[in-house]
Amino acid sequence: MDRQPQQFELALERLYREESRRVLATLIRLLGDFDLAEEALHEAFRAALEQWPEQGVPANPRAWLVSAGRFKAIDQLRRGKRFQALDEVEEPVGGETWDGEHLEDDRLRLIFTCCHPALAPDAQVALTLREVCDLTTEEIASAFLATPPTIAQRIVRAKNKIRDARIPYEVPGRRELPERLEAVLRVVYLVFNEGYFASSGDALTRQHLSAEAIRLGRLLCELLPESEVRGLLALMLLHESRRAARSDAEGLPVLLEEQDRGLWDRALIAEGQQQVQAAFASGEVGPYCLQAAISALHAEAADIESTDWAQIVGLYEVLLAANPSPVIELNRAVALAMRDGAEAGLRQVEAILGRGELADYHLAHAARADLNRRLGRWDEARAAYRRALQLSQQGMDRQFLERRLAELPGG
Amino acid sequence: MKYLCLIYSDENALHNSPDSPRDGECYDYFQSVQQSGRMLAAEPLEPVATATTVRVRGGKLSVTDGPFAETKEQLAGFYLIEARDLNEALQIAGGIPAARVGSVEVRPVRQLQLEG
Repeated sequence: MDRQPQQFELALERLYREESRRVLATLIRLLGDFDLAEEALHEAFRAALEQWPEQGVPANPRAWLVSAGRFKAIDQLRRGKRFQALDEVEEPVGGETWDGEHLEDDRLRLIFTCCHPALAPDAQVALTLREVCDLTTEEIASAFLATPPTIAQRIVRAKNKIRDARIPYEVPGRRELPERLEAVLRVVYLVFNEGYFASSGDALTRQHLSAEAIRLGRLLCELLPESEVRGLLALMLLHESRRAARSDAEGLPVLLEEQDRGLWDRALIAEGQQQVQAAFASGEVGPYCLQAAISALHAEAADIESTDWAQIVGLYEVLLAANPSPVIELNRAVALAMRDGAEAGLRQVEAILGRGELADYHLAHAARADLNRRLGRWDEARAAYRRALQLSQQGMDRQFLERRLAELPGG
Repeated sequence: MKYLCLIYSDENALHNSPDSPRDGECYDYFQSVQQSGRMLAAEPLEPVATATTVRVRGGKLSVTDGPFAETKEQLAGFYLIEARDLNEALQIAGGIPAARVGSVEVRPVRQLQLEG
């Protein structure tokens, strides 16, 4: 008899993990208010905890929770005499509405609202992490080097803006979708990068962030299988597949060419490659798809030498044509060096720096240093490593650069 | 819900750049918003050189030449519109010809809280 309540609570916990965001998204639509919906969500789960042991788990738990939450909220509003426009409240039919052309999941409405360009970019991130990913303000704060009260305030202000300026809870129409989707993808990628590249915050939080970003990416793919959505998901999966090989025992970064590819997660790679293929099959590829394709080429190579550098250079060309940027040019230069030799790559890097671009970007000088090193030009390499060190902030990058510098002959 | 769209622009850019909106174009857009039933009021303004600023401090009226503050972009006109939500308001604001060369600030109108 004692075991049953515990099992039940575990089941409810799992249900919360799997369904709470969807229930919340629907409640926000029905009640027209984020805070009200959050309270309603908790009341609903409380009611479930009380009633389900006796009544049994309902056939459609999500619909039950939405109903219960809505009922409790309306009840509370009546008592508080705060009548919202309750006549506008729709009937919850499983949380999905048929919008003529396609079924719209309330989670899509939620994501697009949290990432509305009328909200400040850091507010978009905080709100998305809070409402869509259910991170606590403490978790969000530790990831972004802010204090919990700052994050809390950011979220409150965002909710106030949504309410006061009347930002609608909807998926953008066809005309606005490309730009609005760009904002959503930007937020998701930012969250992923915080979890993948950041050196601040503890390792567990960082991995949690990347996992959340990937989960969001998968959800977006399910609901909106556009090519750039697939591209972003693929890019994140392929990056994540290398997490175990990225740093050594001391936490120092391990370059791609030195990584133990046996540590790469093949399942993530397979999923990533599948998404890349699906994205390219649709015919319209954007920057995320292209970057993912480059990453996929690395993933399928046995080592750095047998990587298809010719194709990678080609992909960078396409990427540059649509998105001219010195950083992408730099990446192309590095790939060019692999295809045509260090001299060719070095010429490109010098050209970029000669134009005055990336003068303060430590990776540009690191690339220059490395290419000079491969050509045996020790003095030039030394000068470039020193410049890179001057500009480098991150502790781990610095240690790596210092090691390379020390390894140069004639030190 | 009512929104005020405040049109700001550097006056030079507004009148002297190749992208500058012509009066005819501005009038056409005004008409289209009118026809959509969203228009409450809209006017272009004379340049800031014609502005005068009034302040009352400690019961004393002060009148000064010029706008309330020197700004990089100046108030050039406004649209007061009725829109379903912010997205609709932004759509309308985005169509204002001056948005090409300046900035349009979209602000919801506040309902005054009247007592009694």
